[in-house]
Amino acid sequence: MKPATFDYLAPRTLPEALAALGEGAQVLAGGQSLLLEMHLKRLDPALVVDVNHVPGLDHLDVADGRVEVGALVRHKVFESPEAVPGPLGGLFARAVVNIAHPPIRTRGTMVGSLAWAHPASEWCALAMALDAEIDLAAAHGTRTIAARDYFLGPFRTARRPDELITVIRFPLLSPDTGVGFLEHRRTGFSFAQVAVGAAITIREGVVTEARIGLANCADRPIRAEAAEQSLIGAEIACPGGPRVPADHPFTRAGRTAADQDAAPVPEPHADVEYRRHVIAVLVARTLREAAIR
Amino acid sequence: MKITLTVNGDDYPLDVEPRRVLADVLRDDCALTGTHLGCEQGVCGACTVLVDGEAVRSCLMLAVQCDGHPIHTVEGLAGRDGEPHPLQRAFSAERALQCGFCTPGFLMMAAGALENDPSIGDHPERVADLVRSNLCRCTGYEPIQRAIMRAARGE
Repeated sequence: MKPATFDYLAPRTLPEALAALGEGAQVLAGGQSLLLEMHLKRLDPALVVDVNHVPGLDHLDVADGRVEVGALVRHKVFESPEAVPGPLGGLFARAVVNIAHPPIRTRGTMVGSLAWAHPASEWCALAMALDAEIDLAAAHGTRTIAARDYFLGPFRTARRPDELITVIRFPLLSPDTGVGFLEHRRTGFSFAQVAVGAAITIREGVVTEARIGLANCADRPIRAEAAEQSLIGAEIACPGGPRVPADHPFTRAGRTAADQDAAPVPEPHADVEYRRHVIAVLVARTLREAAIR
Repeated sequence: MKITLTVNGDDYPLDVEPRRVLADVLRDDCALTGTHLGCEQGVCGACTVLVDGEAVRSCLMLAVQCDGHPIHTVEGLAGRDGEPHPLQRAFSAERALQCGFCTPGFLMMAAGALENDPSIGDHPERVADLVRSNLCRCTGYEPIQRAIMRAARGE
């Protein structure tokens, strides 16, 4: 199918862009999800506001221990672990290679992923795990919202139609944090059946901090807080081999994430029981990956 | 909307509806039918072209977005004298095509990758990663990878 008729506006300033937004308008940044949705007629905007010519939206800055990702920063930028300082750069680099493929990553943006809010989105899961903040600009003012208050359901967010996400802000991770990101999918072209991102700090053999983000484990991205709590204070004598032992804290955390944190919905190729099994295994493996580096 | 597309160095002054994607405008308005449309949802990669020197899906870009940005399609690969591009020679030599529907997309994706990083030919794993972007249902991916490596080596 082809997109239906719409008006197109390419503003040159932020106020001009914000003035155009509202009911029936859609923002075009990378367009890799928007155009898809318009082809499938799931979205039928009256107006498309192309923000690619708005200055100041393509910045990727570090300030006050946080990294700010502007609305026009493409996925591809994060393929280099050096794009963002410290372990956060490593985590982003591990996650981004799971997003579509190179030509999509050339155009698509991280902010766009958060705007689309697909339950399987890697960036959305990391935004939850890392307590990201989202800046929403509108003609009448700007507000900042925490990721945990932002995702309301599949493709549903707290963003109002007249708001533009200008920035996502992530706290940097301390240098002794280990990171991991793993994804399970049915075919190479599929969306994640389950994706797990983890950041874990182990000091003198004891877990002091743990963050676990889950994609496609509920109707929206979630943070596995019960699993994180089960890890705090746990002694990690050895991160485990390729198969994490059954009584290992990582295995127990995986079970906790699958049984308590996740609320998987059935899909044609994965019923709830199967998905819980995958979540348990993948969380344990991701924690192991994070612990060995 | 009035726009000018610059495709393979030639200017095409056009009047297009905003709703029309780059792939359709290249095919229908510029009569450059080498760019193929398969899935129209960014999956198959048959419509891959270069915009600003980077491989993109022309089914996921509006033509009006490309006003003033240089575009390269498969028609621009061969020299003005008709001499095939090294990638085209390599695809032929390695028998990297059968029905040919996906070939323009693979060629443009590879052309973009080689232009941005000629050393990719030294890294078979990166070439293997790259070809995963596009779908081929005839030859399988081995001959396509061999062809890209061969072109990268300048053979």
